[in-house]
Amino acid sequence: MVVNCEHVWREVSNYLEGEVDPTLRAAMAAHFKECKHCTAVLDGTRNIVQLYGDDRLLEVPAGFSQRLQQRLAQQTSSSRFRGIRPIWMMAIAATALAVGGLALGSAAVFRQPELRSQLARSPHGIPPSLIVYVSDDSRVFHVPGCKYLHKHDDEPAKQMNASEAMKEGYVPCVRCLRQYLTAGVECPRPAAATQWAEKPVNRFGQPAL
Amino acid sequence: MGSLPQKVNVQVKTPDATEIRERDLLRRVQTGETQLFYELVKPYERRLYTTAFAILRNEAEAEDAAQEAVLKAFTHIGQFRAEARFSTWLTQITVNEALMRRRKAHTEIMEPIGEREEDDGTYTPRDFADWREIPSEVLEKKEIRQKLASAVAALTEKYRQVFVLRDVQHLSIEETAEALGISRASVKTRLLRARLMLRDMLAPGLGGAWFNRLPFEKGTKPW
Repeated sequence: MVVNCEHVWREVSNYLEGEVDPTLRAAMAAHFKECKHCTAVLDGTRNIVQLYGDDRLLEVPAGFSQRLQQRLAQQTSSSRFRGIRPIWMMAIAATALAVGGLALGSAAVFRQPELRSQLARSPHGIPPSLIVYVSDDSRVFHVPGCKYLHKHDDEPAKQMNASEAMKEGYVPCVRCLRQYLTAGVECPRPAAATQWAEKPVNRFGQPAL
Repeated sequence: MGSLPQKVNVQVKTPDATEIRERDLLRRVQTGETQLFYELVKPYERRLYTTAFAILRNEAEAEDAAQEAVLKAFTHIGQFRAEARFSTWLTQITVNEALMRRRKAHTEIMEPIGEREEDDGTYTPRDFADWREIPSEVLEKKEIRQKLASAVAALTEKYRQVFVLRDVQHLSIEETAEALGISRASVKTRLLRARLMLRDMLAPGLGGAWFNRLPFEKGTKPW
C-alpha cells in the first residue's frame, strides 16, 4: 500500500491516536521516511498534543475552589437545597400524599362546583344503562340511529352504555339526547332566535330569503 | 520525540479505588449526605473551568458558568444514573451552561480560524517548518503559555471544544462525543483539524524563532 501526502494529513491524528489499521500504519511510516514535509506535520502535531496535555498550561484562577465551596454552601442553605431529600423522606411524603388524596377525594366537602350553564350540567337525566354509540373522532355519545354520529366505513361506531360513555369523558349529543338534557329545564330563548327557529334557514343559519 | 501523554482509558472494566470511592460518594450524596457533594466534584474542578473557558474565553464568565454547572449538578444529582460516568455528566452540564451563556451574550463575534472549513477531513497544512523537540521547561515561561492559550482561543468554537476536551482534559473520543452530543467521527475530524491548525499557528515560533527572540514584526509570527 502506498499513500500520498494528502492521505497522510487526513490520517495523521488517527496515526497518533493509534487508530489506523496495521497496513495503513506501515504505509504511513514508510511515507514519513521519504517525506520531510509530512514528517514535519507529524512532529508538529505530536508536539501540540504533548504541550496542551500538560497540566501547567491552563490554570484555574486563584481562589476558584474556595469560591466554589462558598457558593455550594450558600446553595445548601437556600431553598434550592430543598430540592434534594433522602429517598426515605420522599417515600414517606409520597405515601402521605396518597393517603391524604384518598381521604380528600372521599370527603363530603370535596364536591363538584355548581356549574352556571344548564347545558354544562352533568346529564343526570340519562339512564345509565341506555345503549349509546361513540366514534373515535368525537367526544360525543349518541343514541342508535342519530344522524350526527360520525361514522367511518373502516371503523364502526363503538357501542357502550351511557354510564360507561360518561365515565370515559364523552358528553351527550344535545340533539338526540335532548329529551334527557332539557327535562325539567326551561331555557328562555330570545324572541328573534325563536322566530328564526320557526323559519327555514340557509346553510349559514340565517333566515332563508 | 516522546510518546503521547497518557489518556484516560474508559474501556477499563475493573473499577479502581478512585472509581469505587466516587460511586460510594455518589450513593451517599443521593441518599441525603449532601454535604459530601463537593468531594464528588473536587477532582473535576479544573476540567469544568477549562471547559467553560474553552467556550466563553473569559475568565470571570468561565468561573461563573462552572460554578453554576456545579450547582445544577447538585440540584439534579437525584437524576444521575450510574450507567454514565459522573465526570462526563458534569462536563456535559458545563458545556450546556457555557453554550447557553454564550448564546445569551452573543459573544461569537470573530471566528478567524477555520470558519469556512467543512468537516470533510481535508485540511492542507500551511507550514512545513521543522519543529524541533520542545524541552518540557518551555511551559515554565508565562509568555509561551499565553501564546498557546491565545492560539486555542483563535480556533473556531467547534474545533476548540473538541480539542480542549480531548487534548487538554484527556477525555476519550467517546466521552468527548457524548459530552458535546456529536458523533465519534465528528470528534475525530474536528480533532485532526484543530491539531493541524494549531500546528500551523505555533510551529514556526515554537520551532525556534521565539527562542531566538526575533521580533514578530519581522515575519516570524505566522498569523
